[in-house]
Amino acid sequence: MTEIFGVPTQALFGQLLIGLINGSFYALLSLGLAVIFGLLNIINFTHGAQYMLGAFCAYLLLNKLGVGYWWSLAAAPLIVGALGMLIERLMLKHLYKLDHLYGLLLTFGLALIIQGVFRNEYGSSGQPYPIPQELSGGHNLGFMFLPNYRAWVIAVSLVVCLATWFVIERTKLGSYLRAATENPALVQAFGINVPRMITLTYGFGVALAAFGGVMAAPIYQVSPQMGADLIIVVFAVVVIGGMGSIMGSILTGFGLGVIEGLTKVFYPEASNTVIFIIMAIVLLIKPAGLFGTQK
Amino acid sequence: MKHQKIAFVVMLAIFAAAPLVVYPVFMMKVMCFALFACAFNLLIGFGGLLSFGHAMFLGTAGYIAAHAAKVWGFPPELAILAGTFAAFVLGVVTGLLAIRRQGIYFAMITLALAQMIYFFYLQAPFTHGEDGIQSVPRGRLFGFIDLTNIFAMYYTVLVVFFAGFLLIWRTIHSPFGQVLKAIRENEPRAISLGYDTTHYKFQAYVLSATLAGLAGATKAIVFQLASLTDAHWTMSGEVVLMTLLGGLGTIFGPVVGALIIITMENYLAHLGAWVTIVQGVIFVICVLTFRRGVIGEIANFLKKPL
Repeated sequence: MTEIFGVPTQALFGQLLIGLINGSFYALLSLGLAVIFGLLNIINFTHGAQYMLGAFCAYLLLNKLGVGYWWSLAAAPLIVGALGMLIERLMLKHLYKLDHLYGLLLTFGLALIIQGVFRNEYGSSGQPYPIPQELSGGHNLGFMFLPNYRAWVIAVSLVVCLATWFVIERTKLGSYLRAATENPALVQAFGINVPRMITLTYGFGVALAAFGGVMAAPIYQVSPQMGADLIIVVFAVVVIGGMGSIMGSILTGFGLGVIEGLTKVFYPEASNTVIFIIMAIVLLIKPAGLFGTQK
Repeated sequence: MKHQKIAFVVMLAIFAAAPLVVYPVFMMKVMCFALFACAFNLLIGFGGLLSFGHAMFLGTAGYIAAHAAKVWGFPPELAILAGTFAAFVLGVVTGLLAIRRQGIYFAMITLALAQMIYFFYLQAPFTHGEDGIQSVPRGRLFGFIDLTNIFAMYYTVLVVFFAGFLLIWRTIHSPFGQVLKAIRENEPRAISLGYDTTHYKFQAYVLSATLAGLAGATKAIVFQLASLTDAHWTMSGEVVLMTLLGGLGTIFGPVVGALIIITMENYLAHLGAWVTIVQGVIFVICVLTFRRGVIGEIANFLKKPL
């Protein structure tokens, strides 16, 4: 068997693949957090719970209504995104004038409620979700075996992330959004409905999380706690990248996923903590984050 | 000040007389969490810094105190000191990192650091993983007070709690506390007046961490157990909830908040995930309509700071 640095290539590329998969979810979630933070100035602690809601939405659609993966991929983000907009209209709206910390506390409370309700209903164990038929199986690339579904997840996350970047940085809609991030009062004075834009932005960020949840369902099991620990890692990712740049969030997400995968190969004991250690180092060297600017 | 003194005497009387009426172990739990919440409140209520990782100090101090008492055979007073000192050291290290960012980032960084510490305890052999350090001996305080006697234990906790509480009270009313308040209200102005605000915030952070550690170490000796629960992020969330419900930035609020939350958990314990749901609902209600908290509302009604 061929080896690189004393590690079998199979294991190395296998962990790299897992790293890229995790990185896809880090990127999708941190991107959503960054978009929401940019306009709402709120760190959305409910993000992990909304990712979990996306997965459960797909699970329930399949088991209660017989709706398959492909429809869920579109329906779950819409449903969860709509719920998100409802939360924004009913609750978050009232907090914009207050200290940012209240937004964090409110969304933390919401996350506890959502996760508690699902744990009551489904317990802590995971529910299986089948890989769609079209994407079962895989290809032997010679140096490793690549399951089709995993390749699909990485490709789609990349496309979604880049599309989001394109919309925000290169289109008219995105320029309104960036302008409203800088100075909402002025943008409103130009006749743009900023409150509606805020609602839609929150809905979009939440829909991204739910989309990630649906894609994660066949890989990880669908469980009430699946988003709880993930969101803390994503927070660290956000601190490392800094929330100033969309592309920064994407790169940091994928990059850290890969680093975490490699750590699993070379020093497994640290694989849980490596991202937090990197965060500590980045804070020492560049407190504003790799792509951030200190406000 | 007069109202605060009256409130303090009332509180002291209630806690001193409580074991005659209420189950002492329950009241000891309340006092440990009340001290934990007061320490947390020193940071957010007076320094304006929201730490979402305070469980790391509670958990660390608990593990070190339990390990010292059980494996090294330390007497209880030294075990508690060892645990508190460990929290102090952790406070210095994490403080140097976290204090580099403000506001919302500070909360995320403390949360992430606490999660790292949690994973460390999950893997480190001396913590015994999911089992925790069990049957920690309570021992004899100063060599002659037998802490297996429930009343001896109770009044020891009472002394620890009130010592911590008075230290916080004194800190708040000291020149140091006044500068902290100035920083919370208007940091650029405090800087322009020549205060090294980062330094003040760091000191407040370390003091808060140390006192949270004192609570954790005492708790480990009282319950003869140090476990992962105390280091988990849900615990960090719980102390935020206690303080928010009791009243951010009030002196007596965290104590009332701890009393309410611990009582609620006691009654709802058999309902499993409902505890989490109720906690979430209290969070939402507090943030949306009840931001002053119980004591904050009373103080507002009396027009006196409490």
